[in-house]
Amino acid sequence: MSSTEHRTEPDTAAPPRDTPSQHVAYHPSAREYIRVGLLLVALTSIEVMLSYSSLTGVKLIASLFLCTIIKFVLVVGYFMHLKFDNGRFSRVFALGAIGAFTLYAVVLLMFGVWRTS
Amino acid sequence: MAADVHSEIEYTSTGLRSTKLAMWLFLASECLLFGGLITAYVLYRGQSTSGPYPQDVFDIGYTSVSSFVLLASSLTMVLSHNAALARDYARMRLWLLATAMLGLCFVGGQVFEFTSFFREGLTIHTNLFGSTFFLLTGFHGVHVTVGILMLLMLVAFSFRGSLSDEPAFPVEMVGLYWHFVDIVWIVIFTVVYLIPAPAPHGAV
Repeated sequence: MSSTEHRTEPDTAAPPRDTPSQHVAYHPSAREYIRVGLLLVALTSIEVMLSYSSLTGVKLIASLFLCTIIKFVLVVGYFMHLKFDNGRFSRVFALGAIGAFTLYAVVLLMFGVWRTS
Repeated sequence: MAADVHSEIEYTSTGLRSTKLAMWLFLASECLLFGGLITAYVLYRGQSTSGPYPQDVFDIGYTSVSSFVLLASSLTMVLSHNAALARDYARMRLWLLATAMLGLCFVGGQVFEFTSFFREGLTIHTNLFGSTFFLLTGFHGVHVTVGILMLLMLVAFSFRGSLSDEPAFPVEMVGLYWHFVDIVWIVIFTVVYLIPAPAPHGAV
């Protein structure tokens, strides 16, 4: 099947309602994506090494969560394009993510999970 | 024809494309779903009165490989979207298939892991750890499977030429879902597998 089966129009022939607010203004190149991917692999490797290290308790959990948060932000920011997309999408997602984190952190505190762990 | 298709695209009053806004709202609601499942796991994993316990069954090395596979699938997904934006549809299909294959590897790995846990005596009925673990990772596995089906449908539609005139958009939407599944796994991997479980209930 030919790769030109879809209609290909010149970039200048944008649809009438095509405004900057509807599209990602900037898309990273494949090379940038690969760099982000390698960074994710490196961070995951660090996490696995930390789990086998002599670190324990709060230090281990804090180090693991730091790596997790960086990985989360990299995927959401670059792979899901929130870094380059309309800010409203970021706010919608942040509402869910931060709302869920806050809600369940309160639940865990109420049940005293930090004391039992 | 292009004008007809674009005239069917619905925008919200904010000027944002309604499909994309709906996808982000859906993903935001999914945060609450997985947040609840992860919280239930954290609350109950140390409360089991009988084994097997997490430290008896987990194989961090094996699960790490699964994590690398899912991370790689996120990279191939975003490369597929890049190819779609560049109107290189042959490459777009190739990356979509690669993503689906990596997803299948992940799900296959999860099935193998579940099977080995069954053999070691851990089922969803065994104890609180088993119930919350299988519920959480099972839900995630179902999400990955749905993602694989969506990827394969995109490839099929692309071969039939029935994708919209703007194929990058459906690829982006499926990509958002796929990356979300990836970030959920990033959290599960840390919370479930890497953070050591508390001592079994009643243990000294």
